[in-house]
Amino acid sequence: MLKYILKRIFFMIPLLLGITIICFSVMRLAPGSPVDLETQMNPKSSVEMKERLKALYELDKPIHQQYWSWLKKLSRGDLGISFASDHRPVAAKILERIPITILLELLSLLIIIAVAIPIGVLSAVHQDSLFDKITGVFVFIGFAVPTFWLALLMMIFFGIHLGWLPISGLRSLNYEYLTPWGQFVDLVKHLVLPVFISAFGGLAGLSRYMRANMLEVIRQDYIMTARAKGLSERDVIYKHALRNALLPAITILGLSIPGLIGGSVIFETVFAIPGMGQLFYMAVMARDYPTVMGILLIGAILTLVGNLIADVSYAVADPRIRIS
Amino acid sequence: MGFWETFYKNKLALTGSGIVLLLFFVSFFAPWFAPYDPGQIDLKNVLMPPSMDHWLGTDQLGRDVLSRMIWGARISLKVGFVATGVSIIIGTLLGAVAGYYGGWVDAVIMRFVDIMLCFPTFFLILAVIAFLEPSIWNIMIIIGLTGWMGVTRLVRADFISLRERDFVQAARVIGAGDLRIIFVHILPNAMASILVAATLGIAGAILTESALSFLGIGVQPPTPSWGNILTAGKDNIDIAWWLSLYPGLAILITVVGYNLLGEGIRDSLDPRLKK
Repeated sequence: MLKYILKRIFFMIPLLLGITIICFSVMRLAPGSPVDLETQMNPKSSVEMKERLKALYELDKPIHQQYWSWLKKLSRGDLGISFASDHRPVAAKILERIPITILLELLSLLIIIAVAIPIGVLSAVHQDSLFDKITGVFVFIGFAVPTFWLALLMMIFFGIHLGWLPISGLRSLNYEYLTPWGQFVDLVKHLVLPVFISAFGGLAGLSRYMRANMLEVIRQDYIMTARAKGLSERDVIYKHALRNALLPAITILGLSIPGLIGGSVIFETVFAIPGMGQLFYMAVMARDYPTVMGILLIGAILTLVGNLIADVSYAVADPRIRIS
Repeated sequence: MGFWETFYKNKLALTGSGIVLLLFFVSFFAPWFAPYDPGQIDLKNVLMPPSMDHWLGTDQLGRDVLSRMIWGARISLKVGFVATGVSIIIGTLLGAVAGYYGGWVDAVIMRFVDIMLCFPTFFLILAVIAFLEPSIWNIMIIIGLTGWMGVTRLVRADFISLRERDFVQAARVIGAGDLRIIFVHILPNAMASILVAATLGIAGAILTESALSFLGIGVQPPTPSWGNILTAGKDNIDIAWWLSLYPGLAILITVVGYNLLGEGIRDSLDPRLKK
């Protein structure tokens, strides 16, 4: 098992290098150089100062050397200094926002798993039933709904029309004065809509995938064997078939991670949640290049790690993968 | 059964083509269909709810929402086709080369695909837009440049399964060059899956553009797009529900239309795939 994990990590290295090369190339798209940004608006800047800044940013060196020293800084966790007015290190800015985003993603993954798998399994077991048809329509619409629009409609209905749920931020204004239980309830209320919206896109994909998987598994010989030896239908479906149908779903969950992370920009912006997605959006609007690059890189690495976890848990669940 | 016979019997596919044709028609004749000039500001009638004069209400500058949505359909159509065109061309070329030549060429191209797939697409698009200007052409091209990986995998798989077939061997024996074999002999056989990918790709590109415009980094006002009408919806969320409801509905119906059409084409091209 350990050997398998080490092998997977080893395979990640070229991907990681590729990711940094792409990030570095995107950074080169920037109009002008960082030096211009800092000197153009400053009447006191002189030619020497410009040269000094150039040397500081190592812009006077050939491109592969620039890449190399950027990589070296990266390996020390140095993502540069934000262009925003706070001038803080990008790594620190991202780090303080990551927990919120990961919390939201994990909660929505849990919801996706808890809702999509039963739907997929039930609609496969009762193929062509009314339930199967209704969920089929929902899944099809789920693929086509723009999530930010759904978010707006939910905000209008639950937040403004009914007034049940708050529509922005993570805390109420009176958060400080609430009892610990009250604070917990307050947080949960703020999380309901964002987590639901974030989960929504993944629901359709996974339940459709589970349905197809289950239909495939039910037709296998070993299911017929299980039936032939007289097992109850419940045991056949929920013990023999379900386990085999669940395995590939792990990979799908791994593949859905980039979508979830990418989606965080939209729902964190809509619901004003101070996570990584919102920081990214603000950095894009403010042309804060170091922060944009840092988050792009972190997003890709999170995806890579997510895929690694999915691969490893797949190998844990299915011995066939480990051996081959 | 032939393609058209199967297609005509598929009610969902016909619905999809109906929606898509209607959109073409509306966008082509936008100036005739739109009851008002989409840019005409009327400060005496701002944020009016739907009425006989303005069927879908007016926005924060008193502009007619229905007219803006009809012109917005044009933008969606344009973005959908250009972005998908870009990703289909890149995806097909890379996939064909990878699948046909195999070996290290294939290895390099597929590793590149793997690397691109590590990036959350929406992050990559936003990052590139941050460095360039958010003009409509930039957006179409960037959506295309970040969406070709699926097509590459698809075309590559087709090429691998086709390249050793007898008809390809026959072409090689009579002296056809690589380019001729790729484009004249193999590619036409892979067109079916490309066509399906393109139709579904248009739906995806329209969704992405609307999300970008909604965030204010896509199609810039005053050019009307479904996404940027929704931005106004968000700004006036507590007073003007119609600004939020209708443009989103238009996006939903359009995307459903292209998805139905794409799946219909797939089922009719290869009835074995049908559930």
